[in-house]
Amino acid sequence: MTADLAILFSMAVPLVGFFGVWLFDKQPNLREAATLGAGAITLILTLIVFHAVGAGARPEVELFDVVSGLPIAFRAEPLGAMFATLGAGLWIVNSIYSIGYMRGHHEKHQTRFYMCFTVAIASAIGVAYSANLFTLFVFYEVLTLSTFPLVTHKGDEAARNGGRIYLGILMGTSIGLLLPAVVWTFAIAGTADFTPGGILAGKVDAAGPVLPFLLGLYAFGIGKAALMPIHPWLPNAMVAPTPVSAFLHAVAVVKAGVFSVLKIVVYIFGIDLLAISGAAGGFVWIAAVSILLASAIAMNKDNLKARLAYSTVSQLSYVTLGAMLATSMGVMGGALQIAMHALGKMTLFMCAGAIYVGAHKSLVSEMRGLGRVMPFTFGAFFIGAMSIVGLPPLGGSWPKFLLMLGAADAGQLAILGVLILSSLMNVAYLLSIPVMAFYMSPDERTDDGRVLGLDDRAPAGETRLGVKWGALKEAPLLTVAPPIATALGALLLFFFANALYDFLLPITEGGR
Amino acid sequence: MTIADQLPVLPIILPLVLAPFAILLRNGRAAHVFAVVVCGAAFAFCAMLLARVTAEGVISYALGDWAPPIGIEYRVDLANALVMLLVSGVATLAAAFSYASIRTEIDDRQLPLFYAAFMICMTGLLGVTVTGDAFNVFVFLEISSLSTYALVALGARVDRRALTAAFNYLVMGTLGATFFVIGLGLIYQATGTLNMADIRAQLSAGPPGAMPNSMVEAAFAFILVGMGLKAAAFPMHLWMPNAYAYAPSAVSAFIAAASTKVAVYVLIRFTFTIFGSDFDFIDAMLTYVLTPIALAGMFFASIVAVFQEDVKRMLAYSSVGQIGYMLLGISFGTEAGLQASLIHIFNHGLMKSALFMAVACVMLRLGVHTCSGFHGLTKRMPFTAAAFIFSGLSLVGVPLTVGFVSKWYLLQAAFDAGRPWAGFLIVASSLIAVVYVGRVIELILLRDPPSEGLLANDVDGNPVREAPLSMLIPMWVLVGANIYFGLRTDLTAEIAGRAAAALMGGAQ
Repeated sequence: MTADLAILFSMAVPLVGFFGVWLFDKQPNLREAATLGAGAITLILTLIVFHAVGAGARPEVELFDVVSGLPIAFRAEPLGAMFATLGAGLWIVNSIYSIGYMRGHHEKHQTRFYMCFTVAIASAIGVAYSANLFTLFVFYEVLTLSTFPLVTHKGDEAARNGGRIYLGILMGTSIGLLLPAVVWTFAIAGTADFTPGGILAGKVDAAGPVLPFLLGLYAFGIGKAALMPIHPWLPNAMVAPTPVSAFLHAVAVVKAGVFSVLKIVVYIFGIDLLAISGAAGGFVWIAAVSILLASAIAMNKDNLKARLAYSTVSQLSYVTLGAMLATSMGVMGGALQIAMHALGKMTLFMCAGAIYVGAHKSLVSEMRGLGRVMPFTFGAFFIGAMSIVGLPPLGGSWPKFLLMLGAADAGQLAILGVLILSSLMNVAYLLSIPVMAFYMSPDERTDDGRVLGLDDRAPAGETRLGVKWGALKEAPLLTVAPPIATALGALLLFFFANALYDFLLPITEGGR
Repeated sequence: MTIADQLPVLPIILPLVLAPFAILLRNGRAAHVFAVVVCGAAFAFCAMLLARVTAEGVISYALGDWAPPIGIEYRVDLANALVMLLVSGVATLAAAFSYASIRTEIDDRQLPLFYAAFMICMTGLLGVTVTGDAFNVFVFLEISSLSTYALVALGARVDRRALTAAFNYLVMGTLGATFFVIGLGLIYQATGTLNMADIRAQLSAGPPGAMPNSMVEAAFAFILVGMGLKAAAFPMHLWMPNAYAYAPSAVSAFIAAASTKVAVYVLIRFTFTIFGSDFDFIDAMLTYVLTPIALAGMFFASIVAVFQEDVKRMLAYSSVGQIGYMLLGISFGTEAGLQASLIHIFNHGLMKSALFMAVACVMLRLGVHTCSGFHGLTKRMPFTAAAFIFSGLSLVGVPLTVGFVSKWYLLQAAFDAGRPWAGFLIVASSLIAVVYVGRVIELILLRDPPSEGLLANDVDGNPVREAPLSMLIPMWVLVGANIYFGLRTDLTAEIAGRAAAALMGGAQ
């Protein structure tokens, strides 16, 4: 199969899966087989594209013109090929996890759940391969709409409120800011194609107010990137079932957001134009504030999913920061962060779900000592957290390193401090969780008020807080194996980061 | 002369002559079939007309073989062929759609009268659109308006407020017609002709500076107000929300898509082909009169729509806002703006009609058109609910629907015209549309249907069923059109673009 066709089919196959899921509404096993089958084929297709792009080709497909010479068109370049492959691969992992979670949890409307997932992944791949701003916008909106039923899955009052905020912010920013930005760009440049080196150079006054204004429209208009203050939709979306949070709000939706920001900065504005004009200078600081503020909020959240959500807001701003630094290293750091953070954060979310399914705990303060009951879950959590913090030997360390280089290149030494401070905060609020789980006893005080130390571990077999300590009581296999797999993936990516780096390198070059 | 040469007159003469025969049919079902066939034939003629204009260019047809400017001329170019296609197409679908709904809303013996009035109304609207004679516009406008007053008043059996709504409409509509005809009188005084092309020729002839004189300017002012009333342009829209809300459901679906659009078309025709933007006063009018009216409508009416409990009233206020978009496109005074306006006339007809049809389905089963009837609609009437959601998303302007195409062209026109601020106001106003449409969609998707009380069962006390196929099929044809024309814009955007170029080029 040629890579051109593979692009087209990588979006069509999930939609075939959509009908497959629908068809097997009453036969859960066949239904899930449809999802997994579509996932496997999609992954192969994206890998074909990935391979072709790695060999220097730029496969493309043009469907038809919708408005005034703007076609729905796709063109794979390294950034998009990476994002699409990542999405397709993690979709499979997440589907396996969903089976365990949704069944373990006896959720209703599972068919609708899997159907919406297929549309969401198809549109995320559409965003990844989009060849022009118009196509990107179209799939961006479809992604928002297709995930709305997933966020409101539970259908209760909390889900309705969360859904309202989710749709309100994402639609509001995309229609109110992103759409005019796209049309404006088209009006200025006469084209909306993603072009290496950008399309705005020479078309706008580099020192004028239009450039930073336009950049702002994109930075805030792409609400999925969750740059503060456009972030509240993300914590509110946590009312969704955990697989939705894990895949969409750690990978597909949010990464579609920061991916779009990065792609627009690289292929519409052009790094050179931004570096010369200094238009992005202010946004570097908005991203920096976003990184620190979101981490600070995360530290105060006792609910694990809420803490992870704010951690996501913080980590997403790393990508925005990398884009706005307008240096090659910054952009590379941002691009790697998309992949590395996806694996790490997905691990954490899936662990959170496993803890919920296995032990019915959602508050961090209740997880003391739980590591001895669920060692695999918390082991995976530990690795994922280390990757997010940026500690070797895990994949997450590379983007942090590159971002620091990028900041140094841009002469923004204060940003170095921000990055270091942020990592320390990550240690405090993420690594503390597995440490508490492994080293603390579930009941931290004895009857006479003495704080229990490490020596006072509950003896095996004793029952405390309704849990029999010392005995393993892991969550169902299907909810534990996926996070372990992604955790191992984060470990592997540390060693293969160089290959990915070489693959992505063309995006920093002006020419093709 | 072959019959093919008579094509421009056929969509008008056929329903005009045949409509009275509907009264002779005593049976409502027969009248329904008859109306669908006649409207369908008119649609077929309009489609052929559009195909021919696209291929061959402007068609001029002398009525009764009396050569213009003395005789009445029908002049078909791309702009009016497109509007005619919309009017006759929506009329056919609304007629097909109407039967199951209308027979629960009016007396059986009124059914033949209803269909006769319906056909006359369509004839009038098509006549307004096709004619190249300014006075003929007035004649057809009154034909369509009078029949519309009657159609709205038919809603009285369900809700007596239809009578005051129709009366209000009658007063306002007659005022509008009077203003319009005064304007025509002044033009006739100034130029001595009523043929549109001839008026144009007379206005541009003569020594430089002679035209326009203040009489011509006053004429335009009268025409603007008259058509503004007919088009329900803010703040001349007061008749419209009630007329749409209390008219029989199927009537709302038709007139919401057709009648105000035709008035906007007439405004475009007078502004650009008869007067022309080369006159300074037209330019000034566009900037200082039309722009504020358009913007005020976009915001005021949309905000009012957010607070409506009655979904039909909400849609009516939304129409006032959407007409603001069309006027805004016109007010740029550019080809791109005009193109956007024409596209939106067509597209908005498609979406509003589909939305009103979905409300009609709810009305049929539950007997209400308030928000409370929409709770949990997906669980009771899934196809109706889906139709409302899709066309609602189209109204908001979500990609892959016609609403998005409209908005895209409008935004592009705003940026091209060097008015980025207008672009931002457009998206700001469509965010209000997100709110009022989203509000109903949330009820449809996320609420449970009432399990007790009046709305727990349908009007006959049975469990609520899906609307009949005779309603679902026409509605879904329109929903399909909303999506098809959202993907393929060869027909709408390209024709509208060529039409706009021709309109801006004057009346050649």
